[in-house]
Amino acid sequence: MKYMLLINSGAIDAEGGAPGCTPEDWMTYDKSVRESGILVDSHSLADLVTATTVRVTAAGERLVTDGPFAETREVLGGYYVIDVPDLDTAIDWAARCPGSLDGGSVVVRPIADFEV
Amino acid sequence: MDQQPAESVRASVEAVFREERGLLLASLVRRFGDLDLAEEVTSEAMEAAMIHWPVDGVPDKPGAWLLTTARRRAVDRLRRDKTYAARLAVLQVDASRAEQGEPADVSGGLPDDRLQLFFACAHPALHAEDRGALTLRCLAGFTTPEVARAFLVPVPTMAKRIVRAKKKIREARIPFRVPDVDELPQRLPGVLQVVYSIFTEGYAASSGPELQRLDLAEEAIRLARILRRLLPAEREIAGLLGLMLLIHARRDARTGPGGELVLLDDQDRGRWDRSMIEEGRSLVLVALSGESPGLYGVQAAIAALHDEAADVATTDWPQIVALYDVLFALTPSPIVALNRAVAIAMRDGPEAGLALLDEFTDEPLLRGYHPYRAARADLLSRLGRLPEAAAAYREALELAGTEPERAHLQRRLNAIDPETTCE
Repeated sequence: MKYMLLINSGAIDAEGGAPGCTPEDWMTYDKSVRESGILVDSHSLADLVTATTVRVTAAGERLVTDGPFAETREVLGGYYVIDVPDLDTAIDWAARCPGSLDGGSVVVRPIADFEV
Repeated sequence: MDQQPAESVRASVEAVFREERGLLLASLVRRFGDLDLAEEVTSEAMEAAMIHWPVDGVPDKPGAWLLTTARRRAVDRLRRDKTYAARLAVLQVDASRAEQGEPADVSGGLPDDRLQLFFACAHPALHAEDRGALTLRCLAGFTTPEVARAFLVPVPTMAKRIVRAKKKIREARIPFRVPDVDELPQRLPGVLQVVYSIFTEGYAASSGPELQRLDLAEEAIRLARILRRLLPAEREIAGLLGLMLLIHARRDARTGPGGELVLLDDQDRGRWDRSMIEEGRSLVLVALSGESPGLYGVQAAIAALHDEAADVATTDWPQIVALYDVLFALTPSPIVALNRAVAIAMRDGPEAGLALLDEFTDEPLLRGYHPYRAARADLLSRLGRLPEAAAAYREALELAGTEPERAHLQRRLNAIDPETTCE
């Protein structure tokens, strides 16, 4: 069963990283995900100031805007897609993720399966 | 097998079913890994029993008969529905990757797999209000209308909630498993909380004309007994069961002849259930043995001190205050602080209690909580500050939920302020 772990950082420090966890913490976590053989896909996202939002109106007009800028404190910073037996296992991996610390959160979303 | 009159067969089918439904459902969930399928074939096996037992007689092992029948129906269904079977096959492969312990206990010809069902129904990933509903439905054998009645919501609302919870279990794949030993301390409190919330809902419905719904309280006690059997080493289960028994022992004295609320102070203690108190007290000893007592153990110890006292005056208030100190250290909630202040008022006099209560005037959790207003009113009235007491009773009246509670507050108000016309 595949789950996406959406990593939302809490407060962001001047360098754009989440305070409280070090790059080493992330490397350790990433290594353990890879070595356990559950990894399907994973990326971190570039800084939020690089984001662009696209909407298309009913008339077909493109509305392209800078942002979004965080209206809440939580900003999506990256994700993992993992393949594990059940929600409890996915929750364990989410709890071990450095992104769940220090006011951050990890949202666990099952990947929809349309095959059966 | 004897031929039996249809009426008594129907009654015994229902009795067996009520008793065995949770066991049956848990076994089927373990076997097939799917709650919907397990529920459907459980119902079908029940219907089959209604047809066959009046003709053939009740089998020697009714539980085993129901399990065999239900399993056969499930296998038939999977043969007919290949897509469904394929999905379940994937589930089974995944489930076998996870550790599967043996059933904890065997009773009445059915293995006891209910513990995994308890943990699934009380899973923290489920909406908090759905956990009690699901537990009543899966483990207490309640129908959806019965669950709706238990939580005082319309049947369609409850049906939607149950569908929502089952969809989450199925699609997010909440596992049917007992947490590992190192995980148990984090997960067990959630299960106990669900059982206790069923009890408190029955003990003092938060609204409506009926103050006590004893069948719900008894169901919670029955669920706690099952948990205690399945996890005998967990002292907090002993604490929870003890707490519920020590409160439930007062049920007959808690309402007067007209259904009105009778508070602990005014209860006829001769009507308390002595054997239930004895059982509760022995469980308190279990709960408080060893280090670091838990929330339920401490609350049970407080309830036991009330139950042991001949009246309010001879209650061991210093010991109760000491236990509230322990409880407050475990869970520093305003409600615990309120109860502690009331106990201090009993130990040191109303002035001391009132001083503590007045520290909470800005506490948001207590502002809308009628027992807080009522406790202030009682202390003010004991100090002879009657106009202030009357005002506090009126505030409490505006907030109180059940009719008997309101009637009680109105009586108190009338006693100190006979000219009141407040309805």
